[in-house]
Amino acid sequence: MSDRANQKPETGAFFPRDRNWHAPALTPGYKTSVLRSPQKALLSLDGTISEITGPVFGHSMLGELDNDLIHNFAKPGESAIGERIIVHGRVLDERGRAVSGALLEFWQANAGGRYRHKKESYLAALDPNFGGCGRTITDGEGFYSFRTIKPGPYPWPNGVNDWRPAHIHFSVFGHGFAQRLITQMYFEGDPMIWKCPIVNTIADRRAIEQLIAPLDWANTIPMDARAYKFDIILRGRRSTLFENRIEGN
Amino acid sequence: MVQALDYLKETASQTAGPYVHIGLTPNFCGIGGVYDTDLGTTMVSENTLGDRITVSGRVLDGTGTPLRDALVEIWQADAAGLYNSPSELRGAADPAFSGWGRCPTGGEDGAFLFETIKPGRVPFKDGRPMAPHITFWIVARGINVGLHTRMYFPDEAEANAADPLLLRVEHRHRIATLVATGSAPNYIFDIHLQGEKETVFLDI
Repeated sequence: MSDRANQKPETGAFFPRDRNWHAPALTPGYKTSVLRSPQKALLSLDGTISEITGPVFGHSMLGELDNDLIHNFAKPGESAIGERIIVHGRVLDERGRAVSGALLEFWQANAGGRYRHKKESYLAALDPNFGGCGRTITDGEGFYSFRTIKPGPYPWPNGVNDWRPAHIHFSVFGHGFAQRLITQMYFEGDPMIWKCPIVNTIADRRAIEQLIAPLDWANTIPMDARAYKFDIILRGRRSTLFENRIEGN
Repeated sequence: MVQALDYLKETASQTAGPYVHIGLTPNFCGIGGVYDTDLGTTMVSENTLGDRITVSGRVLDGTGTPLRDALVEIWQADAAGLYNSPSELRGAADPAFSGWGRCPTGGEDGAFLFETIKPGRVPFKDGRPMAPHITFWIVARGINVGLHTRMYFPDEAEANAADPLLLRVEHRHRIATLVATGSAPNYIFDIHLQGEKETVFLDI
């Protein structure tokens, strides 16, 4: 699985998760959380080797179109309909260090807000050339990018008139299983963000702002696609010096 | 004044939502032709060392209803107690074993199933051996931050009794929530998100 043989392995335990920054489990405004949230306290423990290790994926697993949602489900010569965008950024840890070799998987609705899923019954039409999934792996400096169409907002049965803002779901593997993260990226300027019960599960406005990708005009490709920049921060880890082996950083 | 303690903040988690399978197991939900296979569906091959086991179970909500839209991932050591990870410095893990699996819950009964091997023992930070265990991570609609837990084996009573993590569980009757039922080679591990039988979840 690993092609990171030249990199110095890291073995420190991860920084504790700031559970006041993340959403609590029980957030009644998001109704489904009511019956799916643990009521007892989590058992807190410094990470063991079971959590500081994790699977690492090689670039060789990627297909040519895995990071191109405009084309990876489209018929030959055709492409998905919608606002063409590039989403790119960097995966860093809390120390600001690049996380190389991080597997990112993403999924989203089409331009009309319709997901390609059998349980989805929204009346907006499917796009025959859009599947809605993609993946990529960060390079040696933690950079990633993919091409897609901007997803549309869609209604969901929570409150009587709740709509999700346009968003792309991200799943991230860092270097340790304790860094495992799923989140959602939103788009700069979307007025729906601040109305959303799922966004508002997060209490700290700065944590929400960290999920909003700014329009990145510098990387917009003229006559082709606009760009949004979305950096992702994973848990940092203590240096070797702070573990029981004094071998420097 | 002092220097700013300038650590970055971790990106906040958000729910995986009801359509997590589009992104993480697209073939399972009918989106064919993008990836050859769904990641994490095969953990063992004929060359993998160790005793073959299956681990199946369900994820249940506060009313006891199985979740049919959850996604479960597991991470475990190989038969010799080594992780297939760059952070594993104790030796080379079995190259024929990934250690990582992913399974959606989707059918009528909402069950997940992993075909894997029984893991060897790995040390706690102070060197004490932990009992054989499998790390679980559960995401779904309604779960804001992925839930970590562990599955221990019912036929390892002696090791379980001395396990450093299980010794930390204050309410002793709750240890049972971390121990599978069934018997070799087919273990069953139901995960209760809430209520009387609530599984012990970890902040780790």
